[in-house]
Amino acid sequence: MNKLTSNLADAIRASGLQSGMTISFHHHLRNGDGVLNLVLAEAARQGIRDLTLQASSLFDVHLPLLDHIKSGVVTGIETNYMSAGIGRAISEGVLEKPVIFRSHGGRPAAIASGRVVIDVAFIAAPAADSMGNANGVSGPAACGSLGYAMPDARYAKRVVVITDHVMPYPLSPCPIEETDVDIVVQVPSIGDPKGIVSGTTRITRDPVGLSIARLAAQVIEHSGLMKDGFSFQTGAGGASLAVTEYLKPILRAKGIQGSFGLGGITGYLVDMLKEGYFAQLLDVQCFDLTAVESIRDNPQHQEISAERYASPNARSCAVKSLDAVVLGATEIDLDFNVNVHTDSNGYIMGGSGGHSDTAEGARLSLIVAPLFRARLPIIMDKVTTVTTRGSAVDVLVTQRGVAVNPRRPELKAGLAAAGLPVLDIRELQSLAHQFTGVPRAVKPQGRVVAKVEYPLGGIVDEIRSVIS
Amino acid sequence: MLIHKTASAGTLESNDVLVTVAPGSGIQVHVESVVLAQFGGQIRETVLDTLSRLQVTDAVVRLNDMGALDCTIAARVEAAVRRAGGDA
Repeated sequence: MNKLTSNLADAIRASGLQSGMTISFHHHLRNGDGVLNLVLAEAARQGIRDLTLQASSLFDVHLPLLDHIKSGVVTGIETNYMSAGIGRAISEGVLEKPVIFRSHGGRPAAIASGRVVIDVAFIAAPAADSMGNANGVSGPAACGSLGYAMPDARYAKRVVVITDHVMPYPLSPCPIEETDVDIVVQVPSIGDPKGIVSGTTRITRDPVGLSIARLAAQVIEHSGLMKDGFSFQTGAGGASLAVTEYLKPILRAKGIQGSFGLGGITGYLVDMLKEGYFAQLLDVQCFDLTAVESIRDNPQHQEISAERYASPNARSCAVKSLDAVVLGATEIDLDFNVNVHTDSNGYIMGGSGGHSDTAEGARLSLIVAPLFRARLPIIMDKVTTVTTRGSAVDVLVTQRGVAVNPRRPELKAGLAAAGLPVLDIRELQSLAHQFTGVPRAVKPQGRVVAKVEYPLGGIVDEIRSVIS
Repeated sequence: MLIHKTASAGTLESNDVLVTVAPGSGIQVHVESVVLAQFGGQIRETVLDTLSRLQVTDAVVRLNDMGALDCTIAARVEAAVRRAGGDA
């Protein structure tokens, strides 16, 4: 039996790919990914049309996709995140059918339930053997965890592993197993390592960001969750990452042994594991080289699938055991709804990723954001797009104080008793307006170009086209 | 104040504004801004107020705004005017 070929054209023909089908891709190679572009170019060459793209995320390295949309090769997109270059084109109406946005947990839930059917999954693999056992920790394009690719391998009708690094059978570890893989293709390169992981992630040096991070750590300290077994997730954004540095002395002073750090993992969480603050890291995606080396070498640093990370349909998943999560926001409104999908002019420039999954799952969801960025106040009367419902958000932390969701009166009382600057969210909004003035509300009025599906299903908001 | 020559002040960093002032007849203000939809009116008002405070009656003023606050806009306009007027 021979699964291995070095001819992508043959592999695509052998996969049975036809016009009208749904094909999937994972985003662990991020802005260095070469595989999505390779596959679409070959599909176009073979005259295949009307494909639906089921991608865990899309980056600007995928801009050639816009040509495949214009020529009718791709007519549908479902994704959890979309960077600003592709988002702008979608907002301007390049794709007729609305994009479906899901979350990192909602996507595998939809796939596992059969509501989303993947005809052919194309899995970029930094290392694979001739039978399709694959991992992300070896080879020139090593990216660490392959968590978002695991559900695709498990549930797709056909699975094609694409690698530039074939290793002897049997490969270990193998988060992608040969039992799921139909074809293995060896290509010269699956991506540009420079775009895959940054050498190091750095915390912000901006004094505003640092004061927000310090205050966020104090909120966690006085939330009642600081006990042995504490678990934590933070985004890789500037102020979010800095929270880890302010948490360490608090954990140390209280002598607390944490249970796990979760998420997209950075070197800062790896340091916390090594220094003994957490017993385990659960890793669905590595953000830097330190995290890649750690998941390869440290058995306490576990690779988990997107299902185990956050699927609401799973019998259980990690976000439901999570104590505290620190998340960012482009906008937050007076009802604590958060937008990370569109900018303040309504152009798509992001997506939930794990935002709504973790906010819904964790016991304490903190949003960290400055009062305003480039004159735009973060607190709006109504967000341009609802990514995460206000009912899932507990606290907003800004440089001038924290606002607690009225649904959490006991939390508000505890933070106030600890002497933290607790304000009403309206007070924080008017504080911002004293500096910026009151912005004129901008809401795009064109046709629906995207729908935001909530983790448990159901459309939480629609995004309309920007007519310039 | 009389505008003798073209001069500018500010940068294209986020939260700043690049202001260029040139000789003209009457006041002409051209605003490009990342927050034009939200704050275009207020930006224009701040520029006109600053020009009037400096008693400038003839000038072409161009702004390339990256989200500056009003205090920044006023300071950059004043610096550009003083440079263009030969004061500084």
